[in-house]
Amino acid sequence: MKLADLLSQKKATILERWLHLLLDSYPSETSGFFKKEKDPFNNPLAFRLSQGLQGVYEALLQDTARERILASLDDVISIKALENFSPSQAVAFIFLLKPVIREELATELKEAQLSEECLEVESRIDGLALLCFEVYMKRREKLYELRINEVKNQVSGLMRRTGLTLVTPQQ
Amino acid sequence: MAKAKVTVPTPAEILPGISYKTPEKGWMDVKPDFRPGTYCNPANPKWLEWIGYPYPRAWHVTDEDWHLPSDWKETILQGMEDRLSRFRSLKLFFDICVRCGACADKCHFFLGTGDPKNMPVLRAELMRSVYKRYFKPAGRLLGQLAGARDLTEDVIKEWFFYLYQCTECRRCSLFCPYGIDMAEMTILGRELLSSIGINIEWTLASVAQCYDKGSHIGATPQAMKDMIDFFAEENERVTGIYTPITYNRKGAEILFVAPSGDYFADPGTYTFMGYMLLFTYLGLDYTISTYAGEGGNFGFFMSHEMGKRLNAKIYAEAKRLGVKWIIGGECGHMWRILNQYMDTWNGPADFLEMPVSPITGTKFENAATTRMVHISEFTADLIKHGKLKLDPMRNAHIKLTFHDSCNTSRGMGIFEEPRYIIKNVLPEGHFVDMPPNTIREKTFCCGSGSGFNADEYLETRLRGGLPRANAVRYVHEKYGVNHLGCICAIDRAVLPTLLGYWVPEVEVTGISELVGNALVFDEEIERTTDLRDRDLVGVGEAEEGVEAAEAAEEEE
Amino acid sequence: MTDFFKLHFFVPLAAVLGLVVVAYVGVQANLQLLFGVVVPYMAALIFIEGMVYRLIQWTRSPVPFRIPTTAAQNKSLPWIEKNLGEKLDNPETTKHVVGRMALEVLAFRSLFRNTRTELRQDPDHPEGARLIHWSYKWLWLGAIAFHYAFLVVILRHLRFFTEPVPGFVYLLDSVDGFLQFFVPVVYLSGLVLLVAAGYLLLRRILRPELRYISLAADYFPLFLILSIAITGILMRYFYKVDIVAVKDLALGLATFKPKVVAGIGVIFYIHLFLVCVLFAYFPFSKLMHAPGVFLSPTRNLACNSRWVRHVNPWNYPVKFHSYAEYEDKFREAMIEADIPVEKES
Ligand code: HEM
Ligand code: SF4
Ligand code: SF4
Repeated sequence: MKLADLLSQKKATILERWLHLLLDSYPSETSGFFKKEKDPFNNPLAFRLSQGLQGVYEALLQDTARERILASLDDVISIKALENFSPSQAVAFIFLLKPVIREELATELKEAQLSEECLEVESRIDGLALLCFEVYMKRREKLYELRINEVKNQVSGLMRRTGLTLVTPQQ
Repeated sequence: MAKAKVTVPTPAEILPGISYKTPEKGWMDVKPDFRPGTYCNPANPKWLEWIGYPYPRAWHVTDEDWHLPSDWKETILQGMEDRLSRFRSLKLFFDICVRCGACADKCHFFLGTGDPKNMPVLRAELMRSVYKRYFKPAGRLLGQLAGARDLTEDVIKEWFFYLYQCTECRRCSLFCPYGIDMAEMTILGRELLSSIGINIEWTLASVAQCYDKGSHIGATPQAMKDMIDFFAEENERVTGIYTPITYNRKGAEILFVAPSGDYFADPGTYTFMGYMLLFTYLGLDYTISTYAGEGGNFGFFMSHEMGKRLNAKIYAEAKRLGVKWIIGGECGHMWRILNQYMDTWNGPADFLEMPVSPITGTKFENAATTRMVHISEFTADLIKHGKLKLDPMRNAHIKLTFHDSCNTSRGMGIFEEPRYIIKNVLPEGHFVDMPPNTIREKTFCCGSGSGFNADEYLETRLRGGLPRANAVRYVHEKYGVNHLGCICAIDRAVLPTLLGYWVPEVEVTGISELVGNALVFDEEIERTTDLRDRDLVGVGEAEEGVEAAEAAEEEE
Repeated sequence: MTDFFKLHFFVPLAAVLGLVVVAYVGVQANLQLLFGVVVPYMAALIFIEGMVYRLIQWTRSPVPFRIPTTAAQNKSLPWIEKNLGEKLDNPETTKHVVGRMALEVLAFRSLFRNTRTELRQDPDHPEGARLIHWSYKWLWLGAIAFHYAFLVVILRHLRFFTEPVPGFVYLLDSVDGFLQFFVPVVYLSGLVLLVAAGYLLLRRILRPELRYISLAADYFPLFLILSIAITGILMRYFYKVDIVAVKDLALGLATFKPKVVAGIGVIFYIHLFLVCVLFAYFPFSKLMHAPGVFLSPTRNLACNSRWVRHVNPWNYPVKFHSYAEYEDKFREAMIEADIPVEKES
């Protein structure tokens, strides 16, 4: 069997393990709730993370449009970028997929041919990781932009009144 | 053991809590971690001097020493005793919680941050533990075993951290079998903090400005007038209708009070233009005051007393001007205060008359003693009586969902009026509600209420607002919703930021703005744009876009 | 397992076991008078006095503001109609407040609000998920089962304290004990009480966020009630005691002609002692939620503060920035901006 097939076969278990690993970074009193609660509206954080991971995983298995990959990565990173974690913490999640796959497919991977394919998958993960930095930077920029916009909005009425316009660097 | 050898961390080691668990501790042993984005800045001492509140001083949240007054502990304990004797709510809520956890997962800050101390029950326990230690024999005797702990500076810091991570939204109280209301405890807890000189800048700056000048923004009377006169011109430019307004006019029938956000901050300004269009359409005999120019009340976010001091101006001004009754604009906490506190604090308003709509003759019996009517009630009544000529197609570019603000929802109970208005000013099918456990009385907070609009607090606000934004994103993706309506000025200030982060495709609008768009005047010019200068559907290139949108809708 | 959990879990457990031992040793030492008469009277006294004391304590603090949680549409324009549910969730009149309280007390209305939504695969549109809306009622169910079982058990116990036994107790007996194929008749309420209390306990231990918030004061009543239920069940089905003698003792207590009755097994005294502790503990514990819920200002007030004035007994005048001060400060600017003023200069 090919690795790609194995990966799609085990998709559900791998995704769950990956998500749980990610949720373990929250205080243990809370991670249990995050894992258990399936209501997307009462548990938006885990919901968004799991949507993102799913999208990323799919991108690993088949060719996906760049925007879609970025959007999936963003689902996760948009949350991580707020958590006062360092950049490395915000993008670490993507690397966690490697040990999850290795452990989940431990026996299958012993076949020599598969482990070669495995290297390929892992380098795709590295590629995704590079994209993560882009997404992370976008999110941090977004935060600055929102800060500026908020200040702008507070006086925007006045600005219109006086016929002035403020231009933020990004725009 | 592996850890000792490795110098380059593995990804699992980089994330906290994954490869190794920090030793688990009981909550009493965990201290808050003050990192940028998780706390609001302390108030500038000059504001405290303006309003005459205690212990003005410069201090920093991240400093070890907060320069508390030397008798801070006695002040807190005395303050607690005093409040226990004045508020049955506090005493009862301290005593009867069974820690069943029904409230635990109801708080948006818990859901968005995953911090267990953001469970309302634990937030309450932070204060309750001190209560037990000093006011209950069991706590005095048994200490920790009875859930009691000493009042230390660390406890004060913890209170500051978590009482300013509660937006007083009351969602927890809805689900609690005894109605234990963390909002009530937060209000009283913040009073205690304020009594030893711990206040936040955003709230205090607004309070001091409002106290002194008349509005949170700190606008002088001439600036306020200038701004609002400008809206009258803007209305004329867009609609051909000049909407003049009078200030501090004695003998007017109605005093109109709006939150200042509506006449200074976008997109609230468009809501204000909507109010003016409506009142001009009706030929209403009304005035606004530059002295009581603020409907909002940030004083309530630091103490009951300060709330009362700011609120007092509204009745005082109504009396001075000799108006018959008052209309209040779209604001959340303003209406919670008008509903729950105003008459008790500063009434009776017996110098006013029973509010009667001069257009429809409807008596607003529900405002019989406060004599203040919500703009949505007023407008809904007009529509019901067919007094407004409306063209919903002018809002055809808007696909709306409605955010019930916490305060008007769980602190007042206004759900139907805005929805009724929305359905009449939008084309059929342009309004969808979000999922039922995120609206009406179960609505999720914007995450920035009760004085948190500060930009240094952005990260926490965005995390706390995730549950709200997540539900918006759902209706956006599923139904193509592109606007979020609300009847709250804080919402109009903070939701654009929240959505800008989580669902940037959705914009925020007040309901009166939509009314202003839809109102048809006899002598108006042909409208090509809405109040925000955006092309109307059917005008210019917007046409194609809508056809595409409609086609997409049909496919669904 | 944190030290915090150990402290709050094992100390109450040891305390309850200790109570069992105390009763056992006491009865072995022939202290039946103490455990059969003195302790029950003391417990009743503490219960009543403590309860009255606490109620007075609470009611001495006023309710300064009208702060009910409005869980539905408020009174509004006459054509905005409210159905009965909405009238109870946002009561405008005393009648509806009573209704709201009844729902809270009898049906745990607020706990019942726990609704959940789930995205499930939609059979009609395999590609799109559908929103399922349902109610999450486990806690509600556990709580309801626990409390009603407790109530039934207490009422059934009336047959020991009354002579003649009131009809409703017989009725309750027969409904509760419809599982007639066992001998003796198995009462459902006892089992339900045990299972429900067990569920509430397990929930606390197993769910990390609940374990985090739970204190000794939460475990102790559960342990106590569980041991009462267990000793009761043991007594009824396994280590039978002389029911006639028990009734003798109980009637004696109830009619204030206490006597020591010989020949009752020690298990009964353990059961009785634990019940006494529960009663004596009641007024000083979170069990006061029972009377407390009736006083809760977010539930027991009509939401009518816009049309009926609510008076705060300690309302005091505050200093606010008066219009005169304001005008003094801005007079010139106001005149210049054509804003009317009181004094021209
Ligand atoms: C007016 C009467 C009462 C009402 C409305 C009421 C309501 C409730 C509710 C809603 C809960 C929370 C759900 C739960 O954790 O089970 C609760 C918990 C509890 N109640 Fe009551 N109750 C009443 C009377 C009593 C009485 C008389 C007792 C007698 C011992 C009692 C014992 C308990 C205990 C031990 C718990 C905590 C269960 C736990 O730890 O999870 N309650 N009650
Ligand atoms: S729902 Fe009420 S009783 Fe239960 S833990 Fe929360 S505050 Fe306490
Ligand atoms: S009032 Fe709102 S923010 Fe505060 S604890 Fe309750 S749910 Fe959380």
